[in-house]
Amino acid sequence: MLSLWRKIRRTGRVAESAPPLPDGERPERAVVLGGSVQIRHVDAGSCNGCEVEIGSAFGPVYDGERYGARLVASPRHADALLVTGVVTRNMAEPLRRTFDAVPAPKLVVAVGDCARDCGVFAGAYGVAGAVRDIVPVDVEIPGCPPRPEAIVEGLRKLTGR
Amino acid sequence: MNLAATGMAAAVAIAVLTALLAVVVRTRTSVVGVGTALTGVAAVVAGAAALAGGSFSVVLPGVLPLSGVSLTLDPLGGLFVAVTGGVAVAAGIYSMSYADTPDLRARGVRVALPLFVVAMVLVPAAANVGTLLVCWELMALTSLVLVVAEHRRGPQVASAGRWYAVMTHLGFVSVLIGLMLFVAHTGDDSFAAMREAGRHLSPAVAGVVFVATLVGFASKAGIVPLHAWLPRAHPEAPSHVSALMSAAMVNLGVYGLVRVGVDLLGGGAAWWWLLVLALGAVSAVYGILQAAMSSDLKRLLGQSTTENMGLVLIGVGAAGLFASSGDRALAALALTAALVHVVGHAAFKTVLFLAAGSVLHATGSRDLDALGGLRPVMPVTTAAFGVGALAASALPPGTAFVSEWLLLQALIHGLPAGGVAAAIAMPVAVAAVALTAGLAVATFVKAFGVGFLAKPRSEAVAGAHESPFTMLAAMGIAAVVCVVLALWPAGILPAVQAAAGGVAVSGDVTLRLNQATGALSPLLLTLGLVAAVAVVAAVMRAAVARRVRREARLWDCGGGPMSARMEYTATSFAEPLQRVFDDVVQPELDVDVSHHEESRYLVQAVEYRRKVPDRIERRLYQPVLSVITAWGRAGRGLAPGSVHRYLGYGFYAVCGVLLLLAVTR
Amino acid sequence: MSALGVIGGVVQPVLIVAGSPLLVGLMRQVRARLEGRAGAGVGQPWRDLRKLLRKERIAPRGTSEVFRFAPLVLVATTLVVAVVVPFVATESALDPVADLFAVVALLALGAVALALAGLDTGTAFGGMGASREMTILALVEPTLLVAIFALSVRVGSTNLGAIVSSTLHDPARVISPVSLLAAVALIVVIVAETGRIPVDNPSTHLELTMVHEAMVLEHAGPDLALVELASAMRLSVFLGLLANLFVPWGIATEATPLALLIGVLALVVKVGVLGGLLAAGEVFVAKLRLFRVPELLAGSFLLALLAVAASFFLA
Repeated sequence: MLSLWRKIRRTGRVAESAPPLPDGERPERAVVLGGSVQIRHVDAGSCNGCEVEIGSAFGPVYDGERYGARLVASPRHADALLVTGVVTRNMAEPLRRTFDAVPAPKLVVAVGDCARDCGVFAGAYGVAGAVRDIVPVDVEIPGCPPRPEAIVEGLRKLTGR
Repeated sequence: MNLAATGMAAAVAIAVLTALLAVVVRTRTSVVGVGTALTGVAAVVAGAAALAGGSFSVVLPGVLPLSGVSLTLDPLGGLFVAVTGGVAVAAGIYSMSYADTPDLRARGVRVALPLFVVAMVLVPAAANVGTLLVCWELMALTSLVLVVAEHRRGPQVASAGRWYAVMTHLGFVSVLIGLMLFVAHTGDDSFAAMREAGRHLSPAVAGVVFVATLVGFASKAGIVPLHAWLPRAHPEAPSHVSALMSAAMVNLGVYGLVRVGVDLLGGGAAWWWLLVLALGAVSAVYGILQAAMSSDLKRLLGQSTTENMGLVLIGVGAAGLFASSGDRALAALALTAALVHVVGHAAFKTVLFLAAGSVLHATGSRDLDALGGLRPVMPVTTAAFGVGALAASALPPGTAFVSEWLLLQALIHGLPAGGVAAAIAMPVAVAAVALTAGLAVATFVKAFGVGFLAKPRSEAVAGAHESPFTMLAAMGIAAVVCVVLALWPAGILPAVQAAAGGVAVSGDVTLRLNQATGALSPLLLTLGLVAAVAVVAAVMRAAVARRVRREARLWDCGGGPMSARMEYTATSFAEPLQRVFDDVVQPELDVDVSHHEESRYLVQAVEYRRKVPDRIERRLYQPVLSVITAWGRAGRGLAPGSVHRYLGYGFYAVCGVLLLLAVTR
Repeated sequence: MSALGVIGGVVQPVLIVAGSPLLVGLMRQVRARLEGRAGAGVGQPWRDLRKLLRKERIAPRGTSEVFRFAPLVLVATTLVVAVVVPFVATESALDPVADLFAVVALLALGAVALALAGLDTGTAFGGMGASREMTILALVEPTLLVAIFALSVRVGSTNLGAIVSSTLHDPARVISPVSLLAAVALIVVIVAETGRIPVDNPSTHLELTMVHEAMVLEHAGPDLALVELASAMRLSVFLGLLANLFVPWGIATEATPLALLIGVLALVVKVGVLGGLLAAGEVFVAKLRLFRVPELLAGSFLLALLAVAASFFLA
């Protein structure tokens, strides 16, 4: 316990100082949320590369939570869906249902090239399409996988902080 | 003739008339139901009159050989008469349509119902040993007929009847021995004479009398370890009979204990009451633990009766303990708490059993694992059960909350009062009450949440329908009484205190302890709660932007629709508790995993069975039963069926007696 | 009903409602800083609540009014407790309700309402959460009552005002073994009852490890706002109760503005410090396995029983 305390003292703050708020238009519905965005992550058929980056976006260094974003356990609690990967045929209906389960106003963030335009999986037999083919998308974050900074920047468009 | 005497006479007359009608004429069940309910009304009037001070005494020497019938209704008896009458009103109305089945229309069953009620009404009014025992036995016999009324349903009903018959008669024998010993030392079997002589009995004789009667009365009240019949007989009996037995008959065990221990023997030694207190604590915890594991709705309610009688006995035991150390005020408080709990328990257990009967009537099932989803199809029954469950789980606003608060007040103030015995007994009793309260909450959340809410878990439930009007009316009456008792407990305080023989608590809206500091107002608490709900609802109306609720499918993780098999059942609900109390309840678990033929790594089916046997029963009753069986088997060698041999036995016996006489003379 | 009681009955609920989300924000901020993060700020829970109130209401198919009313009942029970318990002033607006048993039972009633709502959804997670919550409640309740018993035996009353006043008049009681044992027992059960680490993890995303969260997976929008507000209020109510049972100093005993101001400040400081300590402690321990939790609670029950024994032998 003491060693943990010493470690905490030694490490101090590892979160990087916040970069300036990205400009560019914010989705209209995000303004109503007033700086608090709960996020439900949906893996619609990802290779898990984006998941690793999302993990670090909410880790101590990038600290996505400080901008008012938070991952939650149920779409009922969520304001935004964070969808990764191409939408496979098996995940198309669950994705629609998840979207339906979120109380309005709701937003969808497509994370990664696969989610935007199917990436390298375009045209594969098990792919139902990109995220925007299944549910309306408000923010897209490019990259394969996108860097945590990019994810945080995309989320800040929602929280406005 | 005053009101109490008129009421008693009316009760007996109506009950006997109803029984005669049922024998002579092919009456409809509704006539028996109305007769039973009227008997109950008369009993309530008589009890209330006695509680208000109009006691009466009557001696009818010719009715019963040797001792004659002697009846007296004093406030203590009046309370129990009134409670029994109240339960009978609800049960009688309920039976008008519930008992309209081939099994319950049988003549013997119709006759037994009013006689059972009147026997229970007469027990607290008996004023000599002969009358008490005759009424006690009449009560046992009529209830036995009612328990086995639906014997066509399966062998378990007959088995329950056998257990009940044997245990109730062993209890009777025990009471008989105790009272006979008592009478042998007084020379007169009237209670008045015994009350006089009881104070001069030697401590040893008094102790034996007390323990013998305690055994009998405790077995009637379903106290551990004499509870084995209760979770068998109460579920198998028709539901209005279950209500009568669980809400009224078990109380008479408490009545007997108070009558003999406190009234006739005049208090007695501290160890008596420590014993009562210990029995009560064990029963309360063990009963509710069994109920928490149970997935049979009526069995659960039966086990909860053991728990509640345990709580009552804690109160009675504490009262005796305080009285033996000379603290009259605290004794009155503890006894008041116990009697308030008796009244409250009678009210909520009536509601609960009648609602369970309504469920059984509509679905044919009392297995919680197969129920659920009754809210939309049986709204009144659900509401009634909800009221009863709230009252039973010691949460405000409920009746058990008030009585347990009184009980805990008595125990808290008793700690500094008594000696070392109290210092050990009181914290243990508080711990038992507290553990019981916690487990009762979990038990009744399970019973209500799993049994009535969510989605139907079986086909039978999906086609359920609300019960007929008379059944709903009976449940409604009992539920209203429950609510009134919970909100305005001061209403019954004068009556209870007249019975307890001391004014310990006063107040109209707020209960205040007289000899100690403490106040509680269930009504203010409820009003505060209602006001808070209203305030929060109003604020939400003002603050919420979108008022319309969108109907959406349940969150099923995006997969297919959820089936009823995915719901939590009563068994799975109780599983964590069962794990926690693994060492106490010792459940029998059985997991069978069958594999595919091709590979041991592919599971075909998993079968899981869990049984929570009654551990005390297994440890205590099985050895006794096996000894009796062995004895019987050995005895069979003596009776091979040969007449010559039997004649020979007679001859040898006569010779033996003659020889004995020759030697001794 | 005295002037002090009435003022307390108005100030306390306002303070608890306004302050408890800030307490949660403070605790999250303390954790964030200890974990090397920047944190979302103390006001974030209030921002969350404001947003939830603007969201849509959802009625999942097949749920009854139990599901819809449970959040109301949950908040209402906590609100009543916030009115009656002496947090800011020693006198209570509703003195006959300011009883320790009544307060414990009221808080249990709120938990029961939520558990029934969890069962009402008919989902596996709802049932699971309800079952676990009730198991923990069944084990917490005895400890709470026995610890209370230990504290009230010396005072001869379970009235909260009486207990707090008696400690004010006799400060030496605080360091008696009875108080210390009861305090440890109470801290353990408060951690369990409010669903903090090591009993439950309020920020878990894994359904199988959930207790409290599993019950509310179906609640959305304003309903969820009520549930979140109520759990924050329960946390501050429990911490406030703990603070005032053992360290009541600063509480207002007369109805002057200065005394009330000091009372408010004292409560804020005490609850804030306790919350900060609780949050800091959470950084150092991992969540217990669910079936190890009863051992922890049994231990606290034993401590509470020892406290009762001590109250007799040291009387």
